[in-house]
Amino acid sequence: MRSLALAVILTLAALPARAGSTHVAVAANFTQAAQEIARAFKAASGHDAVLSFGASGALYAQITQGAPYEVLLSADEERPRQAVAAGLALGETRFTYAIGRLALWSRDGRAAQGEAALRAGGSGKIAIANPASAPYGGAAIETLKALKLYDELSPRLVQGASIAQTFQFAETGNAELAFVALAQVIGRSDGSRWLVPASLHRPILQDAALLKTGAGKEAARAFLAFLKGPQARAIIERHGYEAGAGN
Amino acid sequence: MFGLSPDIWRPIILTLELASLTTAILLVVATPIAWWLARSHSWWAEIVASVVALPLVLPPTVLGFYLLVMLGPDGPGGAIASLWGARTLAFSFTGLVIGSVIYSLPFVVQPIRNAFAAMGDRPMEAAATLRASPWRAFWTVAVPLARPGFLTGAILGFAHTVGEFGVVLMIGGNIPGVTKVLSVAIFDFVETSRWPEAHALAAGMVVFSFVVILSMSFVEKRMGRLSS
Repeated sequence: MRSLALAVILTLAALPARAGSTHVAVAANFTQAAQEIARAFKAASGHDAVLSFGASGALYAQITQGAPYEVLLSADEERPRQAVAAGLALGETRFTYAIGRLALWSRDGRAAQGEAALRAGGSGKIAIANPASAPYGGAAIETLKALKLYDELSPRLVQGASIAQTFQFAETGNAELAFVALAQVIGRSDGSRWLVPASLHRPILQDAALLKTGAGKEAARAFLAFLKGPQARAIIERHGYEAGAGN
Repeated sequence: MFGLSPDIWRPIILTLELASLTTAILLVVATPIAWWLARSHSWWAEIVASVVALPLVLPPTVLGFYLLVMLGPDGPGGAIASLWGARTLAFSFTGLVIGSVIYSLPFVVQPIRNAFAAMGDRPMEAAATLRASPWRAFWTVAVPLARPGFLTGAILGFAHTVGEFGVVLMIGGNIPGVTKVLSVAIFDFVETSRWPEAHALAAGMVVFSFVVILSMSFVEKRMGRLSS
């Protein structure tokens, strides 16, 4: 009996690193890609990645107040940098995991006309993410300014609290057009979209960082390493981003 | 205004406008419902009472989601909006009023219903024997007797509308001066790390809510003494 128990213990000890779990705060635009990456991560490492989604600003506010996240996948480079400056994240772990693309989407054929859809006039609302807290909202404003349409269209703008809500406004038809992340609509066959030329706004660099809370957690570090790997990069590109720094 | 930035006072003014208009509409809408619920013995009454009470237990996200669909081009809201060439009632002050009326309805119906029920049948019967028409008896007997219920309902409806967040967030679109109410402004300030402003508004809400609750207990005490 005792030898059997010993055998079990030895067998367990011989298994590769035991599976853990890590809590990851994910910017709303990266929801679908993150879910797929988490599944691939689980299959590859055995670790669970528990994902919480929100606007980057909201996630950052929670992190400053001791939220139990161990990894931050932000939609911008600003908040991970702030987190490092505030001593909440480890500077050497910060990297760009994805470069986002902005898309104009409508549930009818309108958005496919691109710039012309914006210049067509009318009174329908145009949804953008809150530019103060969501980078895709900021990129949408930059785009409108670059097209010299901002002054004309600003009375028609409505803001979603996150990029997910922004899309919802257009999906329900309440807004005629919406500036969303390409990642949100790339898998959809309904509606129409226009990929906003990257030259019209500053690049949307989405940075990740290991938070202090995850410094000692193997699963958290493993997740970030996996995010840089070829498998995750392929998923990221398939979801409508350019992959950032690799291994 | 008072040296405050527009970021602060515009949501305050807007919220007060929304809560005042909502309360006024609610008093008109809630009174006949409350009267019928208090007087009816039909089993229908309990079903209607339950429907009216639904916003008490439903998460604001459920109301917000349904409202977003109902106000939009696929729902009746879109049909109404198309009368003046718009495609949706969402993102408008009108839309917020509709949402707030539904959301705060039980808070106004319940106290008025209780007040009508507490009055019993006798005052109305007495009025009838004095040949007062039911309409006249309602205004000169029932409404004055139910005054504490009206006051409580109005205060609760107003305060609950001021405190509304989830529904407005989902149907408002965060437009300054149109749909950016206090609670959404606080949410925005927190998200954008403007915590001094968030603190100012949040502390104001705490004081406001305290005053509301305190005044409610005064109303109940005073009115209770007057009517006994």
